[in-house]
Amino acid sequence: MKSIKDLEAIRQRTLDEVNLRNDRHGIRVVVGMGTCGISAGARPVMMEFVEEIKRRGVKDAMVTQTGCIGVCRLEPMVEVYMPGQEKVTYVLMNPEKVARVVGEHLINGRPVTEYTIGYVEAQEAQGK
Amino acid sequence: MDLFRSQVLICGGTGCTSSGSPELIRLFEEKIRDVGLDKEVKVVRTGCFGLCEMGPIVIVYPEGAFYSHIKPENVDEIVNEHLLKGRIVRHLLCREAVEQQGATKSLDEVDFYKKQKRVALRNCGVIDPERIDEYIAFDGYKALAKVLTEMTPQQVIDTIKASGLRGRGGAGFPTGTKWQFAANSVSDQKYVCCNADEGDPGAFMDRSILEGDPNAVIEAMAIAGYAIGANQGYIYVRAEYPIAVKRLQVAIREAREYGLLGKNILDTGFDFDLDIRLGAGAFVCGEETALMQSIEGKRGEPRPRPPFPAVKGLFDQPTILNNVETYANVPQIILKGPEWFSSMGTEKSKGTKVFALGGKIKNTGLVEIPMGTTLREIIYDIGGGCPNGKKFKAAQTGGPSGGCIPASLLDTPIDYDNLIAIGSMMGSGGMIVMDEDNCMVDIARFFLDFTVDESCGKCPPCRIGTRRMLEILERITEGKGEDGDIEKLETLAKNIKASALCGLGQTAPNPVLSTLRYFRDEYEAHIYEKRCPAGHCKKLLKYTIDPALCKGCSLCSKVCPVGAISGEIRKPFVIDSSKCIKCGACMEKCRFNAISRK
Repeated sequence: MKSIKDLEAIRQRTLDEVNLRNDRHGIRVVVGMGTCGISAGARPVMMEFVEEIKRRGVKDAMVTQTGCIGVCRLEPMVEVYMPGQEKVTYVLMNPEKVARVVGEHLINGRPVTEYTIGYVEAQEAQGK
Repeated sequence: MDLFRSQVLICGGTGCTSSGSPELIRLFEEKIRDVGLDKEVKVVRTGCFGLCEMGPIVIVYPEGAFYSHIKPENVDEIVNEHLLKGRIVRHLLCREAVEQQGATKSLDEVDFYKKQKRVALRNCGVIDPERIDEYIAFDGYKALAKVLTEMTPQQVIDTIKASGLRGRGGAGFPTGTKWQFAANSVSDQKYVCCNADEGDPGAFMDRSILEGDPNAVIEAMAIAGYAIGANQGYIYVRAEYPIAVKRLQVAIREAREYGLLGKNILDTGFDFDLDIRLGAGAFVCGEETALMQSIEGKRGEPRPRPPFPAVKGLFDQPTILNNVETYANVPQIILKGPEWFSSMGTEKSKGTKVFALGGKIKNTGLVEIPMGTTLREIIYDIGGGCPNGKKFKAAQTGGPSGGCIPASLLDTPIDYDNLIAIGSMMGSGGMIVMDEDNCMVDIARFFLDFTVDESCGKCPPCRIGTRRMLEILERITEGKGEDGDIEKLETLAKNIKASALCGLGQTAPNPVLSTLRYFRDEYEAHIYEKRCPAGHCKKLLKYTIDPALCKGCSLCSKVCPVGAISGEIRKPFVIDSSKCIKCGACMEKCRFNAISRK
């Protein structure tokens, strides 16, 4: 790259991919892969997402990694960005939970409420 | 029929009509036209929803947001926030609808996130750190392009100065001033260094930034290089952070491929390149002069200052050294302006600060809050308080150089100067929360044990003085404390602070001094009553059997590994404290809760 124009071109090219608003195109599955996430078992979760998406033939979905989101207590965390939907944050994930998220959320558009952050926190609060 | 991305359903049933929905329909249509969304958003009048008591009701699809009791003055907000910016106006939502959904589904809506303000962490948890394109998509390297094409080096320094940014590594030195010193030094070779030798127990802010957004640090270092006239940078990062190191390497490689590092960056004639140096985990290498020695390949030992690194630093050349989090703020300041940054925070501490919450707190994790937020907000509103209903006792900030803040000072707004005033310090941002079960003397002993291990041994006050302090603390926690120990600790602390060579030694007594200041009674209980009020110090505990509760089952005497418990079946047993090793096995085994520990 030799100019600011090139920089701007890269920015435009990547913008829709990382578009976090609900007018985005395509599905973005983001797995927290900071030290906290990895030690809590994020790697098998990410691999399972890749496999399951391949198995179910989900079109236009991208699995990607990111750093520490901050809630290390609830790792492994996965955030799902779907076109036309608000972001959904899944917590305390494991490979067994992945198939349901792919089937119900990615394919049928219905978030798996029991795995979401709000639900898990509410359960915890009631448990006290 | 035309396609609309969103539909606003307004109830036109009798109930809602009488509570004013026709007026709402008119206002929505008018306002949507005003903001130019009339091709995208459709207003639909519907029949009765059956919840007339909550009318007028407005539902926005595709989200299905269910607004109740909507008044004409709410229309603006729904159109601007929800339709234009895509953010549901939660306070107007029907309360039951929120509860029925059972859960907020996204992280952004939980309490933990609401009070945070993410500047240094803005990309962490959002972008893929191993793809520079994603960083660029979020305005990455735009700040570098801006300084190289539109600003002079002095303008860059003035911007940083005006923002009020202070060093996030702990001491809080004004960053712009530091850059100015280095810029003023005349030399044909200067260096930009990044201190990523994060060593405080419980701190992981810098690691998370490097793992989550390595390009922000690289971009900021290039900006710093332009500002002071340096073309080489070094990132000094601990080898114990393999993921951070790997992602930095990937980011540096990608930046070089794109020509954002190297020769003639963005065709402006500016050259800048970066290398990584791995630290072997010595705590003292976080001290600036020791760090530079270590980069040079020498033993990491501090040297007296002046000369300061800005005059004579790495390889005896003018050098600036900033912390990871400090750098992570820089590109944002350049892009959004110093006024934006200085609008956050307190009078003397601007911007935000990242804290790593740990210890006895529910939401262990990483938070970024504006300076001036109170400790109470951090610990209770964001952190969720102590788990298991235990009582909060103190928060430790600043690691081995900092101190403990007691519950009575929970409402102190956090900034550099306030923390110093109450005997602690900002430090790099580790915050360890302690509850009623923590013994403050033992906490002081723990931190001193750490500094004694990590002292490089160059200067006697630190090498010998901290060792003597640790010995006294160990005696106290073992029940061998004597009258006069507290005074000895205070004298030693004062002398070490005044005479140690570097920051490590000068601040090492702080954990002892601050616990003495706020928890002197605990020290006195250990020394004079041979008692640990928190029930933590093992050697001071005493196990006793309550004769009224003991059924004489003999289980305890069977598990006791040293035969300290004796008695007759069906009669109360007794523990011989001279034999007891305080292992607690009897207490676990007793079925009648007859054994107590004090």
